Amino acid sequence: MIAAARRAGSVEVLAVLLVALVVLRNPLAGLLTAAGLETWTTVFVSVLVQAVPFLVFGVVLSAVIAVYVPRSFWAKALPRHPALAVPAASVAGVVLPGCECGSVPIAGALIRRGVTPAAALAFLLAAPAVNPIVLTATAVAFPANPEMVVARAAASLLAAMAMGWLWLRLGRADWIKLPHRPDLDEMSRGQAFWAATRHDVMHAGGFLVLGAAAAATINVAVPDRWLQTLAGHAVLSVLALAALAVLLSICSEADAFVAASLSQFSLTSRLVFLVVGPMVDLKLIAMQTGVFGRGFSARFAPATFAAAVLAALGVAAVAL
Amino acid sequence: MNRQAQGVILLLLGGAIVKAGITDLSLRYVKEGLRPFLVAAGLLLVAAAVMTLWYDLRPARATAASSPSPQDGDDHHHEPRVGWLLLLPVLGLLLVAPPALGSDAAGRSGSVLAAAPSDAVYPALPPGDPVPVSLLDYASRAVFDEGRTLRDRTVRLTGFVAPGRDGQPMLVRMVLSCCAADGRPIKVALTGDVPSGLPPDTWVHADGTWVARTAADEINQAAVPYLEVRSWQRITAPRQQYE
Repeated sequence: MIAAARRAGSVEVLAVLLVALVVLRNPLAGLLTAAGLETWTTVFVSVLVQAVPFLVFGVVLSAVIAVYVPRSFWAKALPRHPALAVPAASVAGVVLPGCECGSVPIAGALIRRGVTPAAALAFLLAAPAVNPIVLTATAVAFPANPEMVVARAAASLLAAMAMGWLWLRLGRADWIKLPHRPDLDEMSRGQAFWAATRHDVMHAGGFLVLGAAAAATINVAVPDRWLQTLAGHAVLSVLALAALAVLLSICSEADAFVAASLSQFSLTSRLVFLVVGPMVDLKLIAMQTGVFGRGFSARFAPATFAAAVLAALGVAAVAL
Repeated sequence: MNRQAQGVILLLLGGAIVKAGITDLSLRYVKEGLRPFLVAAGLLLVAAAVMTLWYDLRPARATAASSPSPQDGDDHHHEPRVGWLLLLPVLGLLLVAPPALGSDAAGRSGSVLAAAPSDAVYPALPPGDPVPVSLLDYASRAVFDEGRTLRDRTVRLTGFVAPGRDGQPMLVRMVLSCCAADGRPIKVALTGDVPSGLPPDTWVHADGTWVARTAADEINQAAVPYLEVRSWQRITAPRQQYE
């Protein structure tokens, strides 16, 4: 009875909220006319519009993995030994054309289906950076420096594999807390597929909204001028662009163009930007917190940040 | 949040994304090439909403038989509350629909014209008097090719007006590579018959000629070429506001 009353509650709250929004539409739109706020709203909406297709396709693919791909498939597809499964999963990222929003739910689904977390995490980190679309975009953005494409792919793979192996050594299974999901095993396949899709869109999507709001805030609040004063400094420029990659949360298909426009910065610091961005950013941290739990993302994000910066610097020393 | 409320939110989100995809609304935020993917993703969301509501509103026989109600309550307890936030993009797309980036964003970033592609070739401009040229093309030809292909031609640039360093209006267009979060301005400074007295974000055609003069963007020191304006005309914003 109580449950039934509560259940009626959220639909009613939603209905009241929607009516209020429609009635208050004009005053609400009026509030947003201040120039800075308007820019914020545009950036916020556009980050979401750009990310939603990738989120939805990632979620649907992960629902397919959860419902239609048998557990035994992964045991056969990946090398038995976890230390070998890590590089195999990293390289497999090549086949997933998309940006990072889609790979988070997919990695979650892989772990649920019994793939060793180290391999799933290596896939999560590598896929958004090494797929053909992103590498082509990088080549187009840096026509004078084709070595950037090779350096980006190499550094991203290196960082992803390093994180996978680090997880094998230090990672603890109880850090990953996958959210409670309706028990799919009791349902028909069709019902399970749609239940998994609904749950993941609501969950990862909600965190994506948080990340988009943070990214829009940084986009409007951090003046370009601050960056320019850092560009001349070898160490500071690397740290500045690494931090910027985290804060801006630009999708991996576009970040090469932004890096190209930061032309006062050294190629090394821009490579750091390109390697860190698809692996750690506000949007991803929010989504990883949602999909894997807070205890996981609090450890994983800083470690990935360090691995990405080091891998990029190492590759830059050799290739650039 | 229960499953029915989730279904309604998915329906609204999917509807908003489909609407953005089939109308020109999405052009304010993303590249045109994303439109088919927006429509497909929106339809998938609508399908997920319909299936959610269908399974939930179906006579309870199937669910009641297999799962007792306490488990149902427990399930309900764990449903993601963060999903409520998905109402914000719905609100943003359907009710607020913020405009494309304009002079405010242009004033925050340095001009995008940073480095010349080493192998760039600048073919002669097509015939036409004035010949329509994009701001990015004009600026690249002016700065990296020293205006060779622009001499003795009258060009027509289309952009919006934004206040420049010395109070003189500049002609600006935002350049997107993916979505508005990576939007960067391309700026052209104006001399001659400068469109004055226009509020920022007013769209104009400016017909004029190349002059051998550049300024430095005060934010990132990128070169900003000049256009000597012969005449200008106020226009409505084009369908595709980005370059």
